[in-house]
Amino acid sequence: MNERKSFFAPVKAWKYLLRRPVTILKKDIFENPREGSDMYRGFHQNDWDKCVGCGTCESICPTNAISMVEIASLEIEDGKKNERPGFDYGRCSFCALCVDICVSDSLKMSKEYLHLSKDAESFYFIPDINGIHNNKAKQGYVRDETSELLDLVRVKMEHEDVSRKNSFIEIVKGYSMEMALAESARCVECGICTDTCPAHMNIPEYIRSIYENDLKGAITHLYKTNPLSNVCGRICTHLCEGACSLAIRGEAISIRWLKRYIVDNTPMEDYEEAVLSFVTEPVNGKVGIVGSGPSGLSAAYYLRTLGYEVDVYEQRAIPGGVISYGGPEYRLPEASVQKDISMIEKTGVNFITNTKVGTDITLAQLEEKYDAVFLGIGFSLSRKLNIPGNDHGDVEYAIPFLAQTRDYLRDVSKMPDIHEKVVVIGGGNVAFDVARTLLRLQIEKYGKADVKMASLEHRDILPADLEELEEGEEEGIIGSFGYGPEEIVIKNNKIVGLKVNKVLSIFDEDNNFNPSYDKSDSHVIEATQVYISTGQMPEYDMITDEIKEKMEIVRGKIITAENGQIVNVPWLFAGGDIVRGPDIINGVANGHDSAVGIDKYLQSKKK
Amino acid sequence: MKEVKLFLGPQHPGMHGNYSVHMYVDGDIIKKARPTPGFLHRGFEKLMERRLWMGNLALIPRICVVEPDINEMVYAQGIETLANVEVPEKAHWIRMLILEMARLAIHIMGLGGIGGPTGMYTITYWAIAQRDLILDLFEEITGARVYHMYIVPGGVRKQLPVGILDKVSKLLDELDVKIPEYKELALKHPIIHKRIKDNIMLPADVVWELGVTGIGMRSAIGKEYDLRKVQPYARYDQVEFDVPIANYSDGLTRMNTKYKEIFQSIRILRQVIEKMPKEGEVRTRVSTGSALRWTVPAGMVYSAIESSRGEYGYFIVSDGKEMPYRIAVRGASFPQGLLGIEKYLVGHRIDDASLWMDTMGVCSPEIDR
Ligand SMILES: Cc1cc2nc3c(=O)[nH]c(=O)nc-3n(C[C@H](O)[C@H](O)[C@H](O)COP(=O)(O)OP(=O)(O)OC[C@H]3O[C@@H](n4cnc5c(N)ncnc54)[C@H](O)[C@@H]3O)c2cc1C
Ligand code: SF4
Ligand code: SF4
Ligand code: SF4
Repeated sequence: MNERKSFFAPVKAWKYLLRRPVTILKKDIFENPREGSDMYRGFHQNDWDKCVGCGTCESICPTNAISMVEIASLEIEDGKKNERPGFDYGRCSFCALCVDICVSDSLKMSKEYLHLSKDAESFYFIPDINGIHNNKAKQGYVRDETSELLDLVRVKMEHEDVSRKNSFIEIVKGYSMEMALAESARCVECGICTDTCPAHMNIPEYIRSIYENDLKGAITHLYKTNPLSNVCGRICTHLCEGACSLAIRGEAISIRWLKRYIVDNTPMEDYEEAVLSFVTEPVNGKVGIVGSGPSGLSAAYYLRTLGYEVDVYEQRAIPGGVISYGGPEYRLPEASVQKDISMIEKTGVNFITNTKVGTDITLAQLEEKYDAVFLGIGFSLSRKLNIPGNDHGDVEYAIPFLAQTRDYLRDVSKMPDIHEKVVVIGGGNVAFDVARTLLRLQIEKYGKADVKMASLEHRDILPADLEELEEGEEEGIIGSFGYGPEEIVIKNNKIVGLKVNKVLSIFDEDNNFNPSYDKSDSHVIEATQVYISTGQMPEYDMITDEIKEKMEIVRGKIITAENGQIVNVPWLFAGGDIVRGPDIINGVANGHDSAVGIDKYLQSKKK
Repeated sequence: MKEVKLFLGPQHPGMHGNYSVHMYVDGDIIKKARPTPGFLHRGFEKLMERRLWMGNLALIPRICVVEPDINEMVYAQGIETLANVEVPEKAHWIRMLILEMARLAIHIMGLGGIGGPTGMYTITYWAIAQRDLILDLFEEITGARVYHMYIVPGGVRKQLPVGILDKVSKLLDELDVKIPEYKELALKHPIIHKRIKDNIMLPADVVWELGVTGIGMRSAIGKEYDLRKVQPYARYDQVEFDVPIANYSDGLTRMNTKYKEIFQSIRILRQVIEKMPKEGEVRTRVSTGSALRWTVPAGMVYSAIESSRGEYGYFIVSDGKEMPYRIAVRGASFPQGLLGIEKYLVGHRIDDASLWMDTMGVCSPEIDR
């Protein structure tokens, strides 16, 4: 088996003397350095313009070589932090997992082999696109779809098919546990969404709780910043998703649907325990709240957690504001609203309904009765539309119509008096709420629907969400988008239609609202009833002139300090649509900030 | 009798890696040998429990510096079994390409290694240079020379670069010419015969006693016990190769067996190049979500492959979370490198100790692990 030994065999090695050496001359190491392969994992290069500072590279790094460093000169924007990764090459193992997971593809590695230094401190770098040696070294390792470490595709949400229009059944079906776990596993826990969320919700934390199947923990995270999680889990404007770092190369995490998954699936005892765990005895004082919309509800809940006694005044029969009297049930089922409100009620908040401040009780009386007062009265008046025919009895407005529909579905009102052929003016989400609600009621009443819409904005720039347009059209709504109303056509005292003209532009050169039309392109939309949904306004009658004089109101909105305090009326705080708007989550954030502001104000007064 | 205590390693040219043997000698004869591991990375197994499933990729190749890819393979294979995923066909072939190239690199280095303890460094330099030429190809394929981090759960990390198979073919042609020169220089060398022929014995009963596998076992018991044959993984069942065996395991036989295995690897690689699918995916997902949240279904599995030194395996336990619950490493050279030295180095001469390390194929980090 073994070769026999041979004294002469080794001599053959001499022929190596004639071969070309495979080694590199020492001087060439520095002067003519050999280039790494196309995929070489050398030193990092990071395109700072693309990098969003998410820190995902830091999270994956198995050697803790990366630390995120604040760069003061960088601006913070939605979806971007002013941090960039720094690398400790005393730790780095050159695995390039950071490159493979980089959400923005900003991170690459160069083809360089060497970094030499006598100074042990000089192995730490915060590289930009020019790399650690600032020499624009050639690019080596990059991520591709094979080495991808993110999961860029969202778990698909199921929706009711078009037969949904026969009832007010909720359209979005919600995630199952399996789906929610899979979706939650996509999150890289960067927290960029938190910065963008007006309420700064602990999004990565509650998504992690889902991933760990700890729903009680998730509820705890939700209620730290948002006591309207049932409502927001359904109809939040989800600005966070626009900022989600996964959206740079793929689809954002379904943050809103994950929130909904939590509130829908947590066992009731766990839910209640988590919510009430924050609440303390009312020992600190008394606060009055006017308006029970999102901002008022949020202020009430957080004031209870801070130990205040809270009374909420509401002019309508049940609390909730727009969430109880606005958004339609196919988007926001009554039960979800009720769950949020009843939780807040359980914390000991006292609701005084059917009581209008200004009429049934004055603001002055509230000042007397409470240590502080919060105003969250929303935009409750409908904006009129100045076109001929607008005073006809068959002209209706969005808010009263939607409110009556909600009452009708609650069996406390009769069905709104809807006609067989209607037209809705407006192109925002509220207009679609009106149109799609009308369609459902028509089907119920007449067995068929005929709903048309007209809006100044062309379909490409419609203010409403794309899904509203798509779903609305699927349900049978016909839109004249990009056509502005000229007059409501009336014959024999009856509305017969809406005359519209093609819109050329909406704003003039000075960027003022001043639509111009091409009157040669016009048509009449046949209808016997017109619904106007062109915006809402606040009603400040309840505020006395004496107080009003001390306040600043700009374009309908009250100016407050950051914590909601009206500077010259220190006992008065405000939030929601009358301060910031335009959505629920901003109201929730205002309510929370004001609760903290009121606490600070009252505690400082005590000293 | 006077006893002197000598330290072989952890810093010693005749030592393989950072490992140490405390030798109690009387004259030239070793009376007692105490292997002392733990100088290298201690606690690999523990560290693995604190790393993400994907993050471990940066750690595990380090359990065997010269043949790192076996770690990636057993790790990936184990996870794939637990997660019940099918690896794409092409990835199986690429994995064989990597594993056999790694076997070539370490076998060649092992052949060269005999130069150190015998004082004939020429072959060592040849081998080191030749290994680097193989590492050039690894660098092209994986992006790194030594720690490739390329075989990943679900397949391999990247598609092969264009034209690489031609380069591998060229390498194989070169090796066909060059490796016989190693035989001329070393395996026929009278001095080497003097040092390792009929010396450093590994009798069959010791094989069974210690649990030695690989070349040590095959050259002692004459059986083709090679996991690539008896328990084929990847696509080893679709290539033809022989398993060199012998019935007398002295140091020289083991070196000759290693020499023959080099040509079998060349043979396998030629078939891999020919049979590998030209198109197709090379990686499937083993888990949903981002790599920060990959999980492996709860369960346990023993995953093993044939390394250059014998059976190499991971026993992997998952509790379904983002990190392994426990991983135990079966280092292929553990039996001969630790137990064998303690019990059977005794009676040898001092200068045999390094020969033991080399001809038994000891890789110290896999003892430390
Ligand atoms: C039809 C519609 C759909 C919408 N859909 C969405 C959506 O999908 N997602 C989203 O995020 N936002 C949506 N919005 C916007 C959102 O509802 C509002 O931004 C939010 O409700 C504002 O909350 P708020 O606390 O300011 O007041 P509101 O919700 O307007 O509540 C104010 C409350 O104060 C009461 N009130 C007013 N004056 C008095 C008084 N003098 N005395 C006692 N009570 C008084 C009112 O009755 C009302 O209950 C929608 C709005 C509308 C109109
Ligand atoms: S290459 Fe690997 S070890 Fe180095 S910074 Fe990136 S993730 Fe960390
Ligand atoms: S993962 Fe990419 S985008 Fe995020 S901080 Fe790191 S380099 Fe920047
Ligand atoms: S939801 Fe998106 S932005 Fe928020 S932490 Fe997760 S990955 Fe980051």
